[in-house]
Amino acid sequence: MNALIKPLFKRGITPLAYAVLLGASAPLLAADAAPAVTQPSVIPAMAALNAALLTGATFTPPDPASIPKDEFGQVVQLGRNIMFETKKYAPEYVGNSLSCVNCHTDGGAMAGSAPLWGAWVSYPAYRAKNKKVNTYEERLQGCFRFSMNGKAPPLGSEVLVALQAYSYWLARGLPVDEKVAGRGYPNVPEPALAPDFVRGKAVYEAQCAICHAANGEGRVVNGAVVFPPLWGAQSFNWGAGMGSIANAAKFIYANMPYGQSYSLTPQQAWDVAYYMDGQERPQDPRYEGSVAATRAKYHDNKNSLYGTTVNGVLLGDTGAPKSFKGNKS
Amino acid sequence: MPRRLLRRPVAPPTEAASCAACHGAFGEGLPAENYPRLAGLPAQYIKAQLSYFADGTRKNAIMAGMAKPLSPAQITILADYYASLPVTMPAPAASVAPDFVARGQQLAEFGDWKAGIPACFRCHAAGGVGVPPYFPPIAGQSAKYLADQITAWQTGTRQGDPQGLMHSVASRMTAVDTQAVTAYLAALKPAAAVLGDTQPVLTGGVQ
Repeated sequence: MNALIKPLFKRGITPLAYAVLLGASAPLLAADAAPAVTQPSVIPAMAALNAALLTGATFTPPDPASIPKDEFGQVVQLGRNIMFETKKYAPEYVGNSLSCVNCHTDGGAMAGSAPLWGAWVSYPAYRAKNKKVNTYEERLQGCFRFSMNGKAPPLGSEVLVALQAYSYWLARGLPVDEKVAGRGYPNVPEPALAPDFVRGKAVYEAQCAICHAANGEGRVVNGAVVFPPLWGAQSFNWGAGMGSIANAAKFIYANMPYGQSYSLTPQQAWDVAYYMDGQERPQDPRYEGSVAATRAKYHDNKNSLYGTTVNGVLLGDTGAPKSFKGNKS
Repeated sequence: MPRRLLRRPVAPPTEAASCAACHGAFGEGLPAENYPRLAGLPAQYIKAQLSYFADGTRKNAIMAGMAKPLSPAQITILADYYASLPVTMPAPAASVAPDFVARGQQLAEFGDWKAGIPACFRCHAAGGVGVPPYFPPIAGQSAKYLADQITAWQTGTRQGDPQGLMHSVASRMTAVDTQAVTAYLAALKPAAAVLGDTQPVLTGGVQ
């Protein structure tokens, strides 16, 4: 194994994935596109082009420039706008500083970053989260209630119609199949060591803080959020999918830092996910009157730190959820 | 914007005299000679670049000579001074050739994720006005200066970008991408975006 390849394996890239990277997908590798250079030592040895790389996805959604200008296309475009600037285009339903694009890279077009086309062909579906078969529209409502810490737009509302139109437009040509490659976030290998807050903090400070700031608060310029807050009052609430360490680890492994997909080791991804999800954030809107009761009903699994004590804090012990009144549109 | 309508909020330190020869009396830069604007850049970013020029992390013969003699205290003085100046454009930037508008705007606002290129504005903020302390403004710098930087990250003559982020992005950009996006960014007017919010232009006196 030569000196170039070794760091790849140290970073948890399996030989098979490596073969894929350098074989069929060779042009996808950043280093191949660059002239011969002396790379700074800080460049990750294995920064993949994008989250799609290890998903096996073959579907290519259409170019947004081809959204038609007709009546249907205008609604598709509204859906796309909501993805990128959620508070601006759906203010009455957004209770924090996040936008859809923060967890759906490329506005829901990117494989391995919970693409909307992958979700569109997977619903209706049974979800353990609410123990019933959910329509696609109901699934979208969950994003607003939990990830956006706001309130669910009514079924049939302009916002949900627009997001459905955009999802459908992205997915055209894709067979209905909930196992479509590229859906959701790709699996990250189990960590060798149990995820750890202290190691996660070190990863955060080295790899994340430049954008998301020292205390996870993100960064704002001229009143607009540039880097989203990862915890605290302006982030997703305890009911959001990203509050699951496993989910967060998958997202981070495939998508973070921007332009450096799969550059963290799986262990680093799990550790930093634990660190992020081991912080305080808005109450779960399904609050059952106490942290213990809420944990028992909704969080009793190893991927949720809600109701457990992390770094000396009993997470979720912040009382009843604040009711969301909505922003003015 | 006529110079006589501007006034520096603070008097320039003596250290700034040699900077002003190329970067302008108001730190506005001189695009024709490829000298970038310094006014309004984050202090921490300026400090980092001066140290990179001095130690060769960022290779530039002129700036190496300028930066090497500076003490850490002098670097701080200069960085704070230029960071305090209102963003000033030397002249209206050239308009973008129509062929480039679409590609340049796409890369700036949305990126090209299939090619692994995140949007410029994802990290440099909407309008390219920058995000202190690490992400400098990119709007309104000359197209040639910006293109030179992308080339420098590709070839490794400029390093020190945090976590190699710009190296990753630049290494995926084609020559056409570079030409398009730098033309687009150069034509933006950061003064309008930034001055109105936080640093009103001071008028009424020469200097």
